[in-house]
Amino acid sequence: MLGKTANGLFWMYRYLERAENTARLIETGQRIALTRLSQSDEEWRSVLQSAGALPGFDTAYEALTKDNAIDWMLRNQDNPSSVKSCIAAARQNARLVRTAITGDVWEATNAAHMTAEKLLARKVTERDLPNTLRRLRENTALVRGVTLGTMLRNEIFDFSRIGTFLERADNTARILDVKYYVLLPASSAVGTSIDNVQWETILRSLSARGGFRMEYGAGGGPREIAQFLILDSRMPRSLSFCAKKICDNLGYLCQDYGTRPSAMDLADDLRQGPLAQSIDEIFEFGLHEFIQEAQQRLAALTQQIELDYRFYE
Amino acid sequence: MVEDVNFDEMWGSDGDLRAPYRQFHNWFDEEDPKRLRAKNREAEELFRLTGITFNVYGRAEAEERLIPFDIIPRIISGSEWQRLTRGIEQRVRAINAFLYDIYHKQEIVKAGRIPQEMISRNEAFLPHMIGVKPPGGVYTHIVGIDLVRTGPGEFFVLEDNARTPSGVSYMLENRETMLQMFPELFSQNRVQPVQNYPVSLLRSLSAAAPAAADGKPTVAVLTPGIYNSAYFEHAFLADQMGVELVESHDLRVVDGRVAMRTTRGYKPIDVLYRRVDDDFLDPLNFNPESQLGVAGIMDVYRAGGITIANAPGTGIADDKAIYSYMPEIVEFYTGERPLLQNVPTWRCSEPDALAYVLDHLSELVVKEVHGSGGYGMLIGPTSSKKELSLFRKKLEARPGNYIAQPTLSLSTVPIFSKAGLSPRHVDLRPFVLVSPESVNVTPGGLTRVALKQGSLVVNSSQGGGTKDTWVLEE
Repeated sequence: MLGKTANGLFWMYRYLERAENTARLIETGQRIALTRLSQSDEEWRSVLQSAGALPGFDTAYEALTKDNAIDWMLRNQDNPSSVKSCIAAARQNARLVRTAITGDVWEATNAAHMTAEKLLARKVTERDLPNTLRRLRENTALVRGVTLGTMLRNEIFDFSRIGTFLERADNTARILDVKYYVLLPASSAVGTSIDNVQWETILRSLSARGGFRMEYGAGGGPREIAQFLILDSRMPRSLSFCAKKICDNLGYLCQDYGTRPSAMDLADDLRQGPLAQSIDEIFEFGLHEFIQEAQQRLAALTQQIELDYRFYE
Repeated sequence: MVEDVNFDEMWGSDGDLRAPYRQFHNWFDEEDPKRLRAKNREAEELFRLTGITFNVYGRAEAEERLIPFDIIPRIISGSEWQRLTRGIEQRVRAINAFLYDIYHKQEIVKAGRIPQEMISRNEAFLPHMIGVKPPGGVYTHIVGIDLVRTGPGEFFVLEDNARTPSGVSYMLENRETMLQMFPELFSQNRVQPVQNYPVSLLRSLSAAAPAAADGKPTVAVLTPGIYNSAYFEHAFLADQMGVELVESHDLRVVDGRVAMRTTRGYKPIDVLYRRVDDDFLDPLNFNPESQLGVAGIMDVYRAGGITIANAPGTGIADDKAIYSYMPEIVEFYTGERPLLQNVPTWRCSEPDALAYVLDHLSELVVKEVHGSGGYGMLIGPTSSKKELSLFRKKLEARPGNYIAQPTLSLSTVPIFSKAGLSPRHVDLRPFVLVSPESVNVTPGGLTRVALKQGSLVVNSSQGGGTKDTWVLEE
């Protein structure tokens, strides 16, 4: 496979994942804003941060308001992480790797783009927001579905999965990075409504609310939430889950190619080092420090994959 | 305006339904126009979803557009096609023999059939190719011959496309769309399939592999990139053949071979189906500014390390000034009378011809010798006085840059319009594959249709559309 094609697949799936994550963060922000007693637009700053969309916002808009934040994350093309930008970038990469993906995957991606262009052509009103977000998510979910249903399990599939799970791990780490303080034992005045809302925000931002309730019922505090989002190997957005998937697909590439590149070592180190600890050890080490280290390792892993598989020159 | 007494391929010149359309017409008569209108919209959606788009040049943001598709097929009988095929094969063999000759001994010049300066002073003549024998002796692996029709048996060659003819993806997708929308038509009519084209292309390219190829040849398609107007087609063909689609930055010369950067390192390419013009092919040997080619590929080529399809320097064969010599070329190399006619052509480089053209400008079509895609041409009968006088100045300034032809009364084929069936002018580009062993014409081709009533310009960049082209079994 061409290095360029591996690169295109990697980014196509990263952008699809990112589009979905950003859409979910907007939904969460909107929901929290609606259910809070005292409304403060400042909460949107942390949503923007969680979406990695803060850079550039202040030059694009005069004030931080809910409408501006949503518009920026949803459809502003100056924001490379807006849902619209991500879907366009995913589709552009899909065109680039058209020969590697199945016709079904291409058509689903192309259709997702056509739908997004139509839905996001004009400012989305508050009334239309839930339906718009739902349709955007359905569209990216369809791409994932046909990917799983029609693509051969070969190197092409491996690169698409590695892109997906690196982006997902990155997203989970970023959300934890922004909100880590509400999970610290010291600051948790257990039972106050603020913390409940904050915990709820984190769980919703990662589609983890249902899973967490299933696991912990009405109980469970910050320690359990951290455990669930970082270490639980059944939770499809946890750092451990994503790291395992990355290792699996890198491993298939190693078998396929008969060589073991440095990226495989970095991925193994991530799993066997930081992610092999218990949640108590992580708290002892420092939750914030732990998340920052995880983020750095993910960035280094991305760079190494680009090198090992000749994405660029 | 030209008088509209042209030949209609469905109704002839006298309004009697022609045989190849009989079955189709029965079907059409029974159809509810409402259903057909809905199908028409459905076709457009299918095209958009599949992403069969082309990018429009000359716009700030390369915008993707659809080429309008018309659901009424153009139907050619098996016997008509057989005659046409013989003429096309003859012409394509002559083109390859001509290319070999002018890059070697130039017998045709020595025989006085073509003036020396037509070759030596022609911009499309590539000195780098002198004395080079391409692998398998094939210069034009893929050719598109543009034909127009003026009567039941009268076909004329308008243009030979011997560089990098495009449009074959539309031939294939148009058929695919028709099969999906009107399967019943294909059980009622025995339409010769075009779907084998990608496999034939791969086989044909592989057969022309260089001596350096080891085992099963590695074929790749070279595209200028995602913003090129025909990117969809490049990706489509690579996909259909199951080969890599490469760009300049994927390639470099490694150990005397052109190689592509894969996730496992550099891998040599045996046959490169390039969709990049000669001038941009090699910054070391041609345009040094080019970012679309491969530095040193010409040296690899001359050393027999790669097959480039089509070969560099084939442009001289489809040059519009050389075109006027085509009848002589066919005769010279095949020893036969040309089976396909040329459109009569005035070479404005010749003083007598220029004088005639200037006198009759409002009746003629004048084309740039090196132009393509309908840009920079004058259609006398439909031009305003101002346009004519502007063009006259250009023509007088550089007469050698132009040829002129009479305005032919092009045949029409009906399109499906709001008013039902309405005749529109068409042309036809059949696609020809040349391998060391054989010449193979795909039964069908790309029918381009001028969607505006009375218009003769069929180019997609100027408001033309396309149709599925059927060749019936005998």
